This record gives sequence, C-alpha cells and structure tokens, in this order.
Amino acid sequence: MEKFTTHTGIGVPLRRSNVDTDQIIPAVYLKRITRTGFEDALFAAWKGDADFVLNQPAYTHGSVLVAGPDFGTGSSREHAVWALKDYGFKVVIASRFADIFRGNSGKQGLLAAVVSQENVELLWKLLETEPGKEITVSLEDRTVTCGELTVPFEIDDYVRWRLMEGLDDIGLTLQHEADITAFEAKRAAWRPRTLPAKHLPSVEIEAARAADMPS
Amino acid sequence: MGTTLAEKLWEDHLVRKGEDGAPDLIYIDLHMCHEVTSPQAFEGLRLAGRPVRRPDLTIATEDHNTPTLDIDLPIADETSRKQVDKLRENTREFGVRIHSLGDADQGIVHVVGPQLGLTMPGMTVVCGDSHTSTHGAFGSLAFGIGTSEVEHVLATQTLPLKPFKTMAINVNGTLPKGTTAKDIILAIIAKIGTGGGQGYVLEYRGDAIRALSMEARMTICNMSIEAGARAGIIAPDDTTFEYVKGRPHAPEGQDWDDAVAYWRTLVTDADAQFDAEVDLDASDLEPFITWGTNPGQGLPLSATVPNPEDFADEAEREAAANALEYMGLTPGTPFREIAVDTVFLGSCTNGRIEDLRAAAAIIKGREKAPNTRMLVVPGSARVRLQAEAEGLDQIFKDFGAEWRNAGCSMCLGMNPDQLRPQERSASTSNRNFEGRQGKGGRTHLVSPLVAAATAVRGTLSSPDDLVDAPAALA
Repeated sequence: MEKFTTHTGIGVPLRRSNVDTDQIIPAVYLKRITRTGFEDALFAAWKGDADFVLNQPAYTHGSVLVAGPDFGTGSSREHAVWALKDYGFKVVIASRFADIFRGNSGKQGLLAAVVSQENVELLWKLLETEPGKEITVSLEDRTVTCGELTVPFEIDDYVRWRLMEGLDDIGLTLQHEADITAFEAKRAAWRPRTLPAKHLPSVEIEAARAADMPS
Repeated sequence: MGTTLAEKLWEDHLVRKGEDGAPDLIYIDLHMCHEVTSPQAFEGLRLAGRPVRRPDLTIATEDHNTPTLDIDLPIADETSRKQVDKLRENTREFGVRIHSLGDADQGIVHVVGPQLGLTMPGMTVVCGDSHTSTHGAFGSLAFGIGTSEVEHVLATQTLPLKPFKTMAINVNGTLPKGTTAKDIILAIIAKIGTGGGQGYVLEYRGDAIRALSMEARMTICNMSIEAGARAGIIAPDDTTFEYVKGRPHAPEGQDWDDAVAYWRTLVTDADAQFDAEVDLDASDLEPFITWGTNPGQGLPLSATVPNPEDFADEAEREAAANALEYMGLTPGTPFREIAVDTVFLGSCTNGRIEDLRAAAAIIKGREKAPNTRMLVVPGSARVRLQAEAEGLDQIFKDFGAEWRNAGCSMCLGMNPDQLRPQERSASTSNRNFEGRQGKGGRTHLVSPLVAAATAVRGTLSSPDDLVDAPAALA
C-alpha cells in the first residue's frame, strides 16, 4: 500500500445523505474478478444525469469527495472503495460512515475522514461557490483545508498510523503467528469443522424451466 | 460488574490483546465464501504465495449471481459464469469445500451454514457479505467483511478488530396476529435509523424475542446491518439447541454435552451495562412496510405516504423528497392503494422454510391478482426440497407463482431476476435502495405474510385485508 501523508486535489460536493454501496457501485458491476478497472461503474445510476456533480467539467477530475452523513451504508462490497479509488478519489469526507465501508477504505488506502456536518456544509458552500476549488487533506495534522477554511477531522489512531506507513495488515498479523497457533491448540473439540464434509444424502435437484412458469 | 454476551464472545476468541492503540486479534471459527467477494482475495493469496490457513474452517457456496432457471445448463451470462468458474477453480486449488449449483447443499450462504449445523452458539462467523449478521441469531458473533478482510481471514484465520460497542434492543410484549419478526426489525430500523447502530453489536432481548423460532430470530439478526450495526445477536436457549441438534455438523455424544454446557453460559450478566438501550413493545406492532429508498424509511401498512414537508430535519426532508420522486409516490396516498407489479418471496432474510409455509398458508385456495407476478425463490436447494416434500410448491404453482431454484436472485438482481425500470415490487428481502432490484426498480420491503396478501390483492395488503381469512390465521 502507498504511504499517505497529505493530498491536494479538486473537492467534489455530493449533497446526499445515505449514499449506499448500491449507489456507489451497482451489483451488476460486481461480477468482475479483478481488483482494478471499476472506474466506469462509479455512481453508474447517476452518470446519465447531466446535473450529476461528476458530470460537471469543473468537478470531473475531483479527488476529494465531500458527502452527506451515513456514506457507504449497505453491502460489504469492497468494490465500492475500488471504484472510488479507480476513478481517482483519494479521500472521502463525511460526518458519518458505515462501519464496513470505513474498514474497507482503511485496508485500501482510501482516507475516510470524519468531519462534523456543520463543517461539511461549509465545505459544500465553498466548493459550490468556486467549482474546481482544491482541498488539501493532511493526515499528519488531521486537517482539511479549503482556501481560508481549515477544519479538523477524526480518524482512528491505528488506521492513521497504518496509512501513513503504508503497511499491509496480513504481514502485521503474521508477525504473531505463534499466538495464533497457541490459540488453535486450546480450541474445544466440539467446535465445527467444514472438513471432512457432512451433509444429508445428496439428491438430484430438478432445474426450474422458463417454459413451466406462468406467462 | 458483569459482562455482555458480545463481550464474552470477544474474550473467548481473543488471540492477542492489542497494545498502544492497535486492534485486538480475534480468532474466526467459520469463514463462508461466495463467488462475488472472494476472487480478488484468492488472487491476493496466490500473488503472495500464501496458503489458506484453515480450509477445514472455510466453506463456499454459489449464490449471488447464479440463475434460478436452467441451473443444469452453462450460466448464460458470460461474466457471471466466469466468476462462478473462478470460485470453483479457487476452491479446488486451495482445498476449500464448495457447494455448487445443482448440489443439494447449494444456496444462500446464510441459509446453508445454519442448515448444515455449521453455525452454532458461541462462535465467530464471517463472510464477505454484510448479511452475515444472520448467524448472530445462534448467539454467535457474526459480521460481514470486505474483500481485504476475506484475504486476511483466509491467510491467518484471524481479524484485527477494535471492540464493538453494545446496544440492548429490548422487545417485550406479544406480537399481534398477522405480524412477524420482519415487522419487528423494520420497526426497529425505522426507530433508530440506518446509522443508529453504527459501531454497535445489537443484542435483541425480551419476551417477544424469546418467543420467536430460530428462523424468525435469523430474520431479525439478518437486518441488523440495515440499522448500520456491525452485528446482531440473540442469547442461545433451548430453542437454539433444539434447532442445532442432529444437524450434519452438530456435535455428538460427549462433545454435545460439553458444547451445551458452554452455550448455557452465553448470556449477558444481570449486572452488565450496555453502551445504549432501546425499547420496543411488540404488542403495538402492525404489519410494517418501507415507502422510501433506505430501510429506515418505513411505516405501518395502515398509514399513508408521508409528506416530506412534515420532516423536521432538513436532511431527512430532502431524502424523503428524493425517495418519493424515485418511488413515484404521492404524499397522502394510503399504502393499501399502491399497486404492485412483482412480489418477491425469498432472500437470506425470508427465504427459509417457515417463510414459505407462512406465505403458502395465505395464498392456498386463492387466486393471484392478474397483473401481479409472484416469484418464489427458496433460500437453498434443501429448502426447496423440503417445500416440495410438504407440497408447498404445488400451492405456489396453483396460485400462479413462479417456483424457482435457490439463490439470492431478485434481492440484489445480479442474476437475470431483475425489476424493469419503474416496476414496483413488494419484496421480503432486506434493501430498498435505488436500483437494488434492477435499474429504476421500486422496492417496498415487507414480511412474507404481507407479500402473500399483496400477491392476492395486487396492492400492498395484509392477510387481514383478505375476505374469508384462511383458518390458519383465525
């Protein structure tokens, strides 16, 4: 993961609350098996609307999204984070994030910065008054700066440290492999295992046919 | 001071306590995979040269984009087929058990786990799917994770996590006739909002919860995520043990006795403190539906479409106005007059045998409304077999419903089962987001009873609206 210290880029005001992950990336785009190339799927349902903020030339190349509360609710799809990253976003600012979305962002180096709704409103006004205005986000200082306005943001200390160091979670965990092995040694015998597989007798499953459906 | 159930489970799975602000390392007892959120995780393992640490604690099923027709033929949609093929290839390479399309144990992961007896009390359960909260109904800590975390669990069988906060949801009283677990959870979400549970494990408590069957408890825990919660949990009791006993992977002999002895300790201590508490009286409930585009936008079926002007909060007012425009609804319209094009009975929320039985009891001997289509999609192949053994399939077919093969289907429309633009559904699933069931589709979330009654009348309805209510409900 790339190290994140500060980022400056065009701010994009997204005046919507409860932007769920089905809006960020509809399920039809989740069939891909790669981890990149999801930029075309970002906000797919809104892309056809000429008024949508990312369709306005001043904001098209934005990299700091400023959204309403409860951003990223719903499905656990990490594709939502990949789509934002692939499009070019480095930071999402909102007053509240869904837990899984925020977790996924931290794993992928997308900064989810919690800013009070009052300050989000101020940022929206600045970005709408001067479309294309840049925002600087300093992870080191935990601040968001837009022109004369500088406001603080919150982020978990550990996530901040990991983002700043660009560290991979699996590598960190495997440093404690001996602890995992010791834990496994004392697990109770009754705890289930998927292998060897047990199940009821296998039965032929009849395929439903379109021809049998009522017209 | 005592501890809550969620805290006990955390303690029992603690591999290593985090120091200096680092998260705790938590052991994962069961990891379920499906085709959509796992390919990039397996690819990550391959690139790093890492094996799956515990294939014997991992299981995969095909559910999200599998078709519900012609399941014996190659999947027609090329990208879906490739994704399913990729899962088969990955599970073969890494030695993970899989239940593929056509297999009697194929189905939605959250239906299959409990059915095989792999989900039981006192566990940690994860899956790259937010509705993993379903398994909390057994008294397990169960939550959805992203693909990076899927890779992490495959590689280490653990997750680095910060402790969750705890919220008690006390549901007392007796559910009135015609209301169900679905109405309880929709009412809870409407009460606390889609962000109300953020950071919390919700523990559902009280007489009304104790009186529920295991499948009804699963419906409640399933939608915890719709309130923004990390997980939902219900302390195990005899209802739970009875449900687990005798299932393929249930403990036997001494193991069973040891397990039950441990499971009986899985309760929140009387003197434990929750970080938050919410009360709901089940006796006051009526059939509940959603009118908007997030699961918190719900009201009793007896109400009318709300007027955005009546919302005090500006953000809520704007959200309501946007939702009504998308849903094509006019304030003041009685919900019971809203015509529905498609009724969807299925999903990990309401696709189990009890849900099918409840709906079948309503429609039996009645005729489907002519302009309404009904799609019945069992949560798993075993549920379908069970329903057929009980003759439920014939009831649905005689009624004019489509009897399909198992999967997630129209809940999220990744397979061909989708709404057309502006088409309106009454759906027993869990999300009414814009476009969720198909681009432009309009979703009302409902219970299986409301779904069935709606299919009879063609407008949003409860069984009470049907003339000659069937004996089963009297």
